[in-house]
Amino acid sequence: MNLYEHQGRELYERFGIPCAEGFVVASMEELENEIEGAPFPAVVKAQVLVGGRGKAGGVRFANSADELRAHTEAILGMDIKGHVVQKVMVAQMLDFQAEYYLSFLIDRNARGYMMIFSPDGGMDIESVPEDRLFKIPIGPLEGFTAAHADAGLAGSGLDPGIQAQIRAIMEKLYRMFTEMDAELVEVNPLALTKDGTVVAADSKVVINDSALFRHPEFRQRDETLTELEQEARDQGVALIELDGNIGVIANGAGLTMATLDALTEFGGRPRTFLDLSGATDPEKVAQAVRLMKKSKPGVMLLNLFGGITRCDVVAEGLVHVIEKEGVDFPIITRIKGTKEEEGKAILARYGFTVGDTLQDACRKASETAKDMPLAREVSA
Amino acid sequence: MAVVLDRDSRIVVQGATGNVGTFHIQQMLEYGTSVVAGVTPGKAGQEVHGVPVFDTVAAAREATGCNVSLVFVPARFAKAAVIEAVDAGMEAVIVITEHIPVHDATYFVNYANSKGVTLIGPNCPGAATAGVQKVGILPGQIFKPGGPVGVASKSGTLTYEIVASLTEAGIGQTTCLGLGGDPIPGTTLLDAVKMFEADDETKAIVLVGEIGGGAEEEAAAYIRERNLVAKKPVYAYVAGRTAPEGKKMGHAGALVEKGVGTAESKLKAFQAAGVKVAVFPTDIAGFVKQDLGI
Repeated sequence: MNLYEHQGRELYERFGIPCAEGFVVASMEELENEIEGAPFPAVVKAQVLVGGRGKAGGVRFANSADELRAHTEAILGMDIKGHVVQKVMVAQMLDFQAEYYLSFLIDRNARGYMMIFSPDGGMDIESVPEDRLFKIPIGPLEGFTAAHADAGLAGSGLDPGIQAQIRAIMEKLYRMFTEMDAELVEVNPLALTKDGTVVAADSKVVINDSALFRHPEFRQRDETLTELEQEARDQGVALIELDGNIGVIANGAGLTMATLDALTEFGGRPRTFLDLSGATDPEKVAQAVRLMKKSKPGVMLLNLFGGITRCDVVAEGLVHVIEKEGVDFPIITRIKGTKEEEGKAILARYGFTVGDTLQDACRKASETAKDMPLAREVSA
Repeated sequence: MAVVLDRDSRIVVQGATGNVGTFHIQQMLEYGTSVVAGVTPGKAGQEVHGVPVFDTVAAAREATGCNVSLVFVPARFAKAAVIEAVDAGMEAVIVITEHIPVHDATYFVNYANSKGVTLIGPNCPGAATAGVQKVGILPGQIFKPGGPVGVASKSGTLTYEIVASLTEAGIGQTTCLGLGGDPIPGTTLLDAVKMFEADDETKAIVLVGEIGGGAEEEAAAYIRERNLVAKKPVYAYVAGRTAPEGKKMGHAGALVEKGVGTAESKLKAFQAAGVKVAVFPTDIAGFVKQDLGI
C-alpha cells in the first residue's frame, strides 16, 4: 500500500523525525479550522500518488491566508492524470542549502534489508552516480546499528554536526521502517535548511499489504489500481486489467501468467488476468465470474488444472455459476488433471469450446477474438 | 537419495486441527507420508486421523522423533511457529501459509538459515519426494517415483501441470520443491539447484520461475559458472513474459519493478548458461524425453 505524502509526514512526527510543520485538509471548511496556525510562507501540495503533480499545477506557494485559500480551492478536486485530488497538504516552506537522500528497503536478492544514503539528493535517485550512493546491507537478525550509520556516512564528506543529525534520523527511520512493516521508506530530499537543521522534506512510504492487519489505519483505496482491480482486491481476488480482449481465468497465479503468455504466442491479446486460486466454493467462483463480466472481454479463456481439487467439481461449479450469471461472450476452455474427462464432458455439455491442449485452446481463443475490439475501444 | 525428504523424514504438522490441516493430514497419510504428530496450542491429547496432537513442537519431537515441520498456521502466527520449529530442532520447515508480512518472513528465513535449518516457502505448495513423502498440499497422483528429474518451482498449479506432463511422458521425478511466490523465500532456485546437483539420483533439473526479483538470474549464473549442464541438463520455464510492469501478478513476489525482474532477463540468463528454455510449460517433458532417451 502506497501512502500519501501527508501520511508519511504524520509518521515522521510519530517517530520523532524532524520535518516541516504542516497539516492536511479535505475541504475549505477544514482549511478554515486550521488556517490560524498555518505556517507562512507555505507550500500547498495536492495529495496524489502519481508523479508530475507540480507540472499539473498541484504544487503552489502561499504567503498569506488569502493566497492559501485560493490555492487550496484550486487544487482540491483538480484532476491529475485521471486522479481527482481529495486532500491537500499545507506545509511550512523551508529554504534548503543542501539536499541529501535516505531510504530503507527490503532487498529481495540478499533476503535482508538495505539502507541507501546519498549526499546528492533532491533528484531522481536513478540519476545519482553509483559512487555517490552508499548502499549498506542490514541483516534482519541484528538490525540497524551504529556501524551501519558509520558505513553509510563515511564517504559522504559531510560536516560532523550534520552527520550527527543524519545519524539520529537514520535510527528513527529504521524504527519506522520495521515497526510500520514498510517495504520502502524513502526521504528525498533529506534537506539541510538555511538554519542548519536536517529535516525530512518529502516522503515515499510503501506498507506491506500482508501486514495491513497490524496497521488497519492504512487500509485505503490504492490509486495505482483501476476501479475493477480495487473491487477485486476488496473481495480477495487477484485480478489485473490489461489492454486486449481475451479474459483469462485460471487456477493459480503461475498458471494464469503462463496462460497469458501462451495466448500471445498465437497473437491473442489478454484483457484480464484472474486467478481463481483454489476456489471451489460456489460463492467465490460466482464472484470471480461477476468480476470477469465487468472487465467486458470479447472472449473468455478458462484454463484449469485439477490437482487435489477435481476437474469435474471445478467444472460443475463454474458452469452453474456461468449459467446463473449469464454471460454474453463465448467461452473457450482447457482442463487437465484429476477427473479430466469428466470435467471436459461437463464443459462440452454446456456448449463451451473445449481445447485438447493449452496451445489448442489458446489458438482457438486468439482466432475468435481476432477482430473484436480491444479494451480501450470498448471503454471508449 | 532425493533431497530434503526421504524415507526417514518424520513429519509434524503445525496448525493440525484447522480445516486445512485436518484435510491435508488425511491426504498425506493416504499418500504414505510419515505424519507422526500435529501441533495446536491447547489441543494436546486430541488426534487428527489417528495422528496425536501436542501443544508444542518440542513436546511432539520428544514423543515422536519428528524432524520436519509443515506449517499451516494463520499468517499472523507464522513467525512464532517457524521460530518454535527451528528451536525445537527440526531439520526442515515447510511453510504453506500465504500473506505472511514480509518483515516476519525476512526474519524467520534468516533465523532458520542461521541455524542451518532448511526452510521452504512461505506461500508454497510444499515438497514431495515421489512415491516416498509428500509434505504440503501437492496432489499425490501427479508424481511418478524413481527419478531422474528434480523439479524446483516458484508456483503451485503450474508446477503440477509440468510434473503431470513429465509423468504422462513416462518420466519420473526424484523430489519436487515448491519454493513459493513470495519475495523472500527460505529456499531459492539457486539453493535448489545446489541440492539437486549434489543428489546422485537426480540426473536432470527442471526450474520453473516467474517474473520478479533475481532468483532465476542468480541460479543461471551458478549453472553457467559451473557448466552444470555438462553434468546434468537443466530445463527452465519462466511465467510472465506478457505481464505489465508495476503490477503484482497474483503472487506477492511476481512484480517487475523499474525494469528489474523481467521474464526476458531471466530467459536470457538461462539460455546463456546452456539451460533449455520452454515456450509452453508442457514442452519440458518433450525436451527431457529427447535428451535422456526415456
